[in-house]
Order: sequence, then C-alpha cells, then structure tokens
Amino acid sequence: MHADLLQEARRQSEICNACRYCESYCAVFPAIHRERAFADADLTQLANLCHNCRNCYYACQYTAPHEFALNLPKILAELRQESWDDFAWPRGFARLFQRSGTAIALAAVVGLALMIWAARAIGPAGGEGFYAVLSHNAMVAIFAPAFLLPLASLGVSLRRYWRHVGGRPLTRADILAAFGSAARMRNLAGGHGDGCNFEDEDRFSQARRIAHQLVMYGFLLCFAATSVATVMHYAFAMPAPYPLLSLPKLFGITGGVMLAAGTGWMVALKLRADRALGDASAWGGEIGFVLLLGLVAVSGLALYALGQTAAMPGLLALHLGAVLAFFLLTPFTKMAHGFYRLAALLREAQSRR
Amino acid sequence: MSPLDRHPADHWDVAIIGGGNAGLCAAITAAEAGARVIVLETAPKPYRGGNSRHTRNFRCMHEGPLSVLVERYDEEEYLEDLLKVTGGRTDEGLARLAIRSSQACLPWMEAHGVRFQPSLSGTLSLARTNAFFMGGGKSLVNAYYRTAEGLGVEVCYEAGVTHLELEGGRITRVDVTQGGQSFSLTPRAVVVASGGFQADLDWLTRAWGPAAKNFLIRGTPYNRGVVLADLLAQGVESVGDPTQCHAVAIDGRAPKFDGGIVTRLDCVPFSIVVNRDAERFYDEGEDVWPKRYAIWGRLVAAQPDQVGHVIIDAKSLELFMPSVFPPIRGETLDELAGKMGLPADRLRATVAAFNAACGDTSAFHPTELDGVATTGIEPPKTNWARPIDTPPFYGYALRTGVTFTYLGLKVDARAQCCTASGPIENLWAAGETMAGSILGQGYLAGFGMTIGTVFGRIAGQEAAAHAR
Ligand SMILES: Cc1cc2nc3c(=O)[nH]c(=O)nc-3n(C[C@H](O)[C@H](O)[C@H](O)COP(=O)(O)OP(=O)(O)OC[C@H]3O[C@@H](n4cnc5c(N)ncnc54)[C@H](O)[C@@H]3O)c2cc1C
Ligand code: SF4
Ligand code: SF4
Repeated sequence: MHADLLQEARRQSEICNACRYCESYCAVFPAIHRERAFADADLTQLANLCHNCRNCYYACQYTAPHEFALNLPKILAELRQESWDDFAWPRGFARLFQRSGTAIALAAVVGLALMIWAARAIGPAGGEGFYAVLSHNAMVAIFAPAFLLPLASLGVSLRRYWRHVGGRPLTRADILAAFGSAARMRNLAGGHGDGCNFEDEDRFSQARRIAHQLVMYGFLLCFAATSVATVMHYAFAMPAPYPLLSLPKLFGITGGVMLAAGTGWMVALKLRADRALGDASAWGGEIGFVLLLGLVAVSGLALYALGQTAAMPGLLALHLGAVLAFFLLTPFTKMAHGFYRLAALLREAQSRR
Repeated sequence: MSPLDRHPADHWDVAIIGGGNAGLCAAITAAEAGARVIVLETAPKPYRGGNSRHTRNFRCMHEGPLSVLVERYDEEEYLEDLLKVTGGRTDEGLARLAIRSSQACLPWMEAHGVRFQPSLSGTLSLARTNAFFMGGGKSLVNAYYRTAEGLGVEVCYEAGVTHLELEGGRITRVDVTQGGQSFSLTPRAVVVASGGFQADLDWLTRAWGPAAKNFLIRGTPYNRGVVLADLLAQGVESVGDPTQCHAVAIDGRAPKFDGGIVTRLDCVPFSIVVNRDAERFYDEGEDVWPKRYAIWGRLVAAQPDQVGHVIIDAKSLELFMPSVFPPIRGETLDELAGKMGLPADRLRATVAAFNAACGDTSAFHPTELDGVATTGIEPPKTNWARPIDTPPFYGYALRTGVTFTYLGLKVDARAQCCTASGPIENLWAAGETMAGSILGQGYLAGFGMTIGTVFGRIAGQEAAAHAR
C-alpha cells in the first residue's frame, strides 16, 4: 500500500473527525467517527465504502485554496484504486486495465478476433440459428472457463480484502443490510434523498444514482436471461432460439435496453463531472469499461433486431467478443468495484452492530 | 463579462452587500418579491459565504416537534436562554421578533434548498434547540446561491464595496471595485450584510489592545468592516460595545484565518491549563465545557503572549472529541515541557502541587458536574479534578480565537438603519453587521444564523417594497 496515499487519507480523516459536518451524507462519516486513530486497514475500508458522490467535497469549508485542502472523494478514490491493484490476483492486470481504456478496447478487439477465428475454425457443427455460426459446445468450451476463472480470481481478491479489513463470519443481518444498501444505492442518495453532486458542481441530482441502477439492474437482468436460458437448455432440453414471450427474451431485452441507456447516460455524466474529484489516473479505464459494457448491451440488442439478416454472424462475433472481454476483465476493471463495495458494506454492517 | 460591465448603474432595484447567510436570505426574498437584485461579494467564489460557511446550526423556536427538532422550545425559554448569556444587554423587542420568527424560518429554509439533519454526534445537548444543516454552513450557502441564481439574482465575486454615499437621508451611490476596476451603482435600495470587522487586525488591535495581534480569526479573512467603518464615519447610528469581540480558546496551531470549527478543543475540563510560566490561572473545572468555551478566550488573551497550555495525561485522552491536530506527547512531564517550550521544573512543581490537592476521585464523571474538586490550592479546580500522573502526558497550546465583533449598525424592527436625524430611507442591514442590536454581549449557540435569516428576510422584503 502506498504510504503517502495512506498518510494523506489519514490526515483528511482526522480533520473530518474533528468537524463532523458531513455525518449524514453517507456511511463513510459514521465509520470515521467511530475511530480516534486510523490504521491502514481502516482507511482501506473507508476508501471502499466511499461511493464518490462528492457531496462532502462541495459542502466542505476546507477545500483548496484553504490550507487544509480537503478533497475526500479524490483521496479515497486514489486509495481505493490502489487497494484494488494490491488485492488483485494476478496482480499486474488490475493496474493495467483499471487505468487504461485503450487496453480495454484492445481486449475487446482481441475478443472479437477470437470469436471470428473460432467461427471459422470450429464452425456450426450442424447447429441452427446462432449455433449455425458457432456450435453450442464450442460456446460452452469458451465461455465456461471465461466465466469461472475470473470468479476464482475475484474470490481470491475478496478474501484478501476481507482479511485485511478484519472481517468476521457473516450473519443474516450483515447480508440484509449490505444488499439493502446496494439495492437502493443508499450512499448515492445523499442522506436527504436529493441525490449527489456529480455532473453540475454542487447541484444535487438523482442522475448518477438512476444511471447506476439502470446499469446494475440491466446487467443483472441480462445475467438472469443467460442463466435461465442455460437452465432451460440443460434441465428442460429447450435450446435457443426462444420466442419473445419467454423468460430469456423478456429479461434479455429489458436488461439490454436498461444497460444500453444506463451506460450511455453514465458516460455523459462522467464527461461533465470534475475529474479532479476522483482518481484522474483511472478515468480512462472507467470510461473504457462503461463503453465495453455498453457495447455488450447494444450488440446484444442489435443481434435480437437483426438476427434474421445477413448481419447476424458479424454481430454475433462482435457480441460474443465483447462479452468474452468483459468476463475475462471483470476482476481487473471497474466491474470489480461492485464486489469490493459489497464487501465494504458487509464489513460496515458488522462494525455498526 | 461582469454584470457590473453589462448593465447601467441604475439597473438594479436592490444591491446586497455581502453574500453570506443574511445577504442571501435578503437577496432571495427581494427577488421573490419581484425586485432586480445584485449581490456584491468581496471574496472569490471558493470563499463566498463569509462566516456562514463555517456554521453548523441555527437556534429555532418550536411549539412542537418540527423537522429534525424534538419536543418543544418556546419563546419564553428561548428568551430566557438569551438573557442569561447577554446579561440583559439585549433589546427585548428585537430579540422576541427574532425568536418568534425563527419558527417560520425552518420551513422557509427547507423550501429554499437547505437540508437539516439530527444533531451531530457529540452535540446531543443541542438536539432540542438547534437545527443542524446537513453538510454544514457551506452547503447552506451553496443551496442559497443556487436558489438565488435560479430567481435571476446576479452575483458578483471579488467585488468589494468601498463606499456608500449618504446624501439627504438616503444612499445615493454604491462604490465597488472588481478586478482593479471601480464601478458606481445607483440601486434604489441597499442591504448591508457584510459582517463584522474582526478580520481587520489593526482595527481589532485599536479596539482591544495590543494583545489582539496574537489572536486567531476563526472565520473569513474578508469581514474587515469596510462598509461598517464607512457608514459609521457618515454618522449612521451604531450599537454594541466597539471594544469587544466574541472570543473562544482554540488550538494554538490553527491557521491565522478560517480555521473554523475543527480547531476547537474540548479537553480543558480534564486538564490543568498553565501559562507561559507553567502556572495555573483559572478553575478548569468550573462548568461543562460548552458553557465555559467562551470565557477561556478572554482568559488566554490576558496571559503573557496570549497563550495557554493544556496538560492532560493518558487517562483523559479519549474523554473528549478528537482534535484536528494530534496532541503533543511526552513520556515524562519533562519531555512534554521541552516540546511545548515550558520551563520543566516549574511545570513539575505546578503538577505536583495540583496532584497533592486532588482528593477522592471515585465520583469522577466526565459528562456531569461531578464535584470531584481540589482542596487548598489557588485557583481551585472544582470538578473533574484528577491527578495528572499517568504517562504518557499530552499537551495542546491554546490561543484566543475571535468569532465576531459586537459593534454594528443599529436597526429597528424593519431592519432599517438610521442616523441621529431618523431612518435612512433606503438602507437596511442584516446579519452579523447588526447583531449587536440584539446580542449586546455573550453568545448563544446558533443565534447568529437565526438573526441573519430573520433580519435578512425582513431587509429583503422591505428593500424590495421600497424599490417598487
Ligand atoms: C467557526 C464559526 C462557527 C460558527 N458557527 C455558528 C453556528 O453553528 N450557528 C450560528 O448561528 N452561528 C455560528 N457562527 C456565527 C455565524 O457565522 C454568523 O453569525 C453568521 O454567519 C453571520 O452571517 P452574515 O451573513 O451576517 O455574515 P457572513 O456570513 O460573514 O457574510 C458576510 C459576507 O460579506 C462579505 N463582505 C465583507 N465585506 C464586504 C465588502 N466590503 N464588500 C462586499 N462584500 C463584503 C464577506 O466576504 C462575506 O461573504 C459561527 C462563526 C464562526 C466563525
Ligand atoms: S469533508 Fe469537510 S465539511 Fe465534511 S466532515 Fe470533512 S472537514 Fe467537515
Ligand atoms: S464522496 Fe460521498 S460517499 Fe464519499 S465520503 Fe464523500 S459524501 Fe461519502
């Protein structure tokens, strides 16, 4: 962990602890006020608890040019980013993809190339519909490991995180509290429910909160669509394609539209927000990740719309290539934040008891 | 391009001088009444909002539960609390007006973007009487600027007013400098809301004496009393003791200006406080800290070099709110004395004498007057007197921190200013700059923002009505 970042986060937390004006904005401040001194692990936990809503920046009477130079959203973002680098397994990947949109774009291109190659080399093996481009077995052979390996990697990282912050065995109450908070994105509601200060300086707005939830729930619906389809395929011997009024399609289309809209909105918001209130070095990586997620959604929807046309094989390769890159990069991109955030919320629920 | 360049001198109905709480309440009220309003603020945008940006709550009367306020706090109890701290130096009519109006202020503030929260941790004693701003005073100021701009109020930053021309019982001209350029405006009405003069250290030194050079100013460096001095020189009536300021004891390492709330130190009741010569000079345990916070500013100001030194031991370290800077630490009293620049032998002797005067400490209770007192020592310590004997030892330097000055413009119940020959036709004042009309001495937590909100709204209303 970087000693200078930790020291700066400690300095600022101590000022906040003497001030307390921001107590109601989010979970970070009550966590600060529970301590008198801040160990490195406390600061890592605070960093992962912070949702970068920025309310505490615009409300702070001590921001630069004041000599106290408070900028809690920024220092916590930098520390958070640094902690993800440290907890990642294998290590170097996170440093690369968290910070570089170009690297993410390259990964998507590689994913696309791989799918085109697979389609050429393996081909349909007698399948229909999408499987006429690439057989079902080939898809499984590629995507099962591409899904499971990153999960294993995340598992290692989260265990490292949990140990570092001194987490205890989870209880039902911890889980309810943490998921409840994430489900409503309580920490982007601003304490008063007016939202956060993101795209227009100190104006409170729900934009980021809504955009985030469109992305999150859109993604979960798409994920549900794939899961249901897998169950239908194996348990009920009902292979794709599915009709419009089927669970995979209903989930997939709704989720896809939400995801596409949410990611587009999120990019627009990030373009307007002040980059000096986050980790500026990670800005490109964040935008790259959101665009990749948007590409997954849009290519998926295009595939649905144009599935019967000659564009289908190309679109399928694009979609599967994007999905492949997305899966493989999950532990090393902004996608990982959701997992760390949940862990931090779980830990916070434990500390509050 | 600045609004001052864009518009002719007589464009505005109402000019507001100072963009803190009082000025913004006046600006919003006047704009809602249909007036064309300009706010002239001498600070750059990041420092807008004067002392208001440092506040955390306002004191609000309420006949029953109101927003975050619990139970009830009625006019009589509020007034009684006020009279206790001002020692009767209060205009009861204006005080009652401020108190009575405060109840309607809260919903007004909410409607104009201010958000409240339950009392902050460590301030439970104020939960019934004071409504806390979520995010503190700067978030309140931000909300008011947004609301004002939404109503078409024009705001000029780095626009310092230097002179109001008083002619024939009315203000005929407002002189202002912005970016090295001078402008003269001729608004129909003027509201002065530019605070006290505490940031002008020369003035403060003239008023208080040479000790004031060593004072720290807790709030904005921009409240230098320029407009106040200008008006007083033209015979506008004043109120409040010109030699006095509200001062508290704060962390001696605080910045010269704008240290704000975090520089407060709550450890005095658990300590002994010594001066430069390592001698005690006052009963540290006289009362609970919030009630004694203010007198220590004066006590420290009266010591050599205007500095005090708080000494505690390991037993007491966690009994008070954390300080913004960590305490100075010594394994022995000698080491601590060395680090704090105190004569070690004298400090040892003072601590030994104090420790010997401590008696049975079994009744010690950090949050109540526990009667655990010294015997046979001058000055005594009448509560929380426990020996300073458990290393490591910790110390803080204390200095005098000035909150505001009492001298101000005298106003009536319509917030209107006057000269000896009667009211000034188009001049109103609100906030700190007229607070002396109500707060002759002392201070009641949260009353500054109440005065600013109540009289800011009145001034805005009156100024807009006059302009039409
Ligand atoms: C650290 C601290 C904490 C406090 N906490 C509280 C609290 O919790 N509750 C409470 O009620 N009170 C509190 N007070 C007192 C409170 O700050 C004041 O009573 C209140 O802010 C006064 O508001 P105002 O609008 O009159 O003045 P200010 O908010 O000080 O605004 C005056 C404005 O005028 C501008 N100005 C000055 N000169 C000129 C000029 N020549 N031309 C143009 N503009 C000029 C200044 O830049 C400033 O923005 C606190 C004070 C301090 C220092
Ligand atoms: S961010 Fe600023 S205003 Fe908020 S608690 Fe910290 S020091 Fe206080
Ligand atoms: S940026 Fe938002 S979430 Fe982070 S500490 Fe500040 S108020 Fe809390």
